[in-house]
Amino acid sequence: MIIRFAGFGGQGIVVSSYIVGKSAVLDGKKAIQNQAYGSESRGGECRGDVIIADEEIYELEPTYYDVLIAMTQPAYEAFVPLLKPGGTLILDKDLVVTDKKLEPKRIKKYAISATDIAFKTFGRKIVANMIILGYMNTLLGAVSEGALEKAISESVPRGTEKMNLEAMREGIKLAGEGVK
Amino acid sequence: MKKRDVSTATDSKYRPARPFNREEFDRIRRILGGKVLFVQGDSAVSYGALLAGCRFFAGYPITPATETGEVLSQLLPRVGGVCIQMEDEIASVGAIIGASRAGTKAMTATSGPGFSLMQENIGYAAMTETPCVIVDVQRSGPSTGQPTEGAQGDIMQAKWGSHGDYELIALSPSTVQECLDLTIDAFNLSEKYSIPVILLTDGIIGHMREKVVLPEFDDVEIVWRKEPTRPKDEFQPFTDDGSQIPEVAIFGEGYHTYITGLTHSESGYPATDSQPDHHRLVKRLCDKIRNNRDKIIRVQRDYSDGGAGATGIVSYGVTSRSVNSAVKTLRQEGLKVDHLRIITNWPFPEKEVDELAGRVDRIIVPELNLGQVYHCVKEAAAGKAEIVPLWKTGGEMHVPRGIVELVKGRG
Repeated sequence: MIIRFAGFGGQGIVVSSYIVGKSAVLDGKKAIQNQAYGSESRGGECRGDVIIADEEIYELEPTYYDVLIAMTQPAYEAFVPLLKPGGTLILDKDLVVTDKKLEPKRIKKYAISATDIAFKTFGRKIVANMIILGYMNTLLGAVSEGALEKAISESVPRGTEKMNLEAMREGIKLAGEGVK
Repeated sequence: MKKRDVSTATDSKYRPARPFNREEFDRIRRILGGKVLFVQGDSAVSYGALLAGCRFFAGYPITPATETGEVLSQLLPRVGGVCIQMEDEIASVGAIIGASRAGTKAMTATSGPGFSLMQENIGYAAMTETPCVIVDVQRSGPSTGQPTEGAQGDIMQAKWGSHGDYELIALSPSTVQECLDLTIDAFNLSEKYSIPVILLTDGIIGHMREKVVLPEFDDVEIVWRKEPTRPKDEFQPFTDDGSQIPEVAIFGEGYHTYITGLTHSESGYPATDSQPDHHRLVKRLCDKIRNNRDKIIRVQRDYSDGGAGATGIVSYGVTSRSVNSAVKTLRQEGLKVDHLRIITNWPFPEKEVDELAGRVDRIIVPELNLGQVYHCVKEAAAGKAEIVPLWKTGGEMHVPRGIVELVKGRG
């Protein structure tokens, strides 16, 4: 499974891809994770890719993706054409306006107000990526929930584990309720 | 005023236990975290260095190699080591030569532009037979080129970068796990043969995260330099005891040790106008590697059952990953492919390439440059097979499909 997280610096894009990759390794699978970002620590365009497989991964720089998580309009516009037909698109509803002309055929689209929910429920927009992670993983079953929890706890700043895990569970809940 | 700490790398507190014992090794493993990690290639290099006994790092930050120094700046002080940010790259190699001569395993890390600057002192390390490890996380050049993009453009520079006749060893990892494993090997080889060893990673695996399993103490061999066996008053720093590899006395331990980049006699003192001294020295610098090439060189062969119509592919470093994928596809389609993966770029595995050339009609050499190992393969094959380059620059990897099409398009 090839997943691209894309948005701008500060949204937790790279760390999200890292968490998914680490979870996959904890599950005993093969994973590689890569990132690209500008020189700014916040605000520049950035992306994080993760590839999960049962066998050795030889193609380190894929051309097309199974899953795109787009957290900004430019990220959506730049990368949605690279989704494989039948792939999965997950958006932050309040940050992206979709355009059917750009999208490959038969993609599955999911749009949630991750940033808005993060702010209203947790008072912190920064945990929107955790909501997305829980939501995405429930839809796709990319990694086990236990591994995801462990990877999140080990990857977020000390003292914020509880809030991040709660945000992740909020995402699982939204997916369970069929919000899209 | 508080007394300044003037401790140096020669102080015993900066020297790891020798021989490196299980306790020390396990202590490092605990500091690095769990047994299975998900880390970048650059970090894996740092971890490998610590496990190999490296306790001194000097470097100047440069993308995509910065993380190696960053990680070591956090970890070295915790294991009694020293990490210094130097004023530039040539000073960095100067510092690791000094640290090594003071008895500490030492390393620096850089990328293309910094590697160019290091060449003078790499020659000095080769001439003075100082064990040290230089990591070059290759990026696109020439000059500052593409800082954030990976490449394989420094293969020739790794061998021919400094002037004069000398040999060194260069290794090319293709996975993050190998970044760790080959860093340990690099230290072992540098200690064993008393030479600088170059680890040629690249911006792609340097910045990529992948699973790494930390080795157990019993899984790895940790080599230490040959210490003086003769009494102090009889010791000469460059005596050839028949092995062609000198014993290394540590500065400050009472042995009369003098090192210089000038041509020197066995005593270490300059002998710049002596043809026999120069010839003997330089010949030994080369022979100690050339005569041990079978022990040093490592390749991976993934060969078909041979026969007519097989295509050979020679790869190294990150490009081997794309070739592995292409080989799988080609075999599924019923084509015969022999893949020779080079792990030791220098000394070049001529015999192994010659053997491959005897099995196939042509050899494809995919590289992330405009032809470097291509020339070595052509020379080693000596006309036995057609050598076909497959070049790519600009920071992207070879796509397996491109290799598949080239093999299939043989007409």
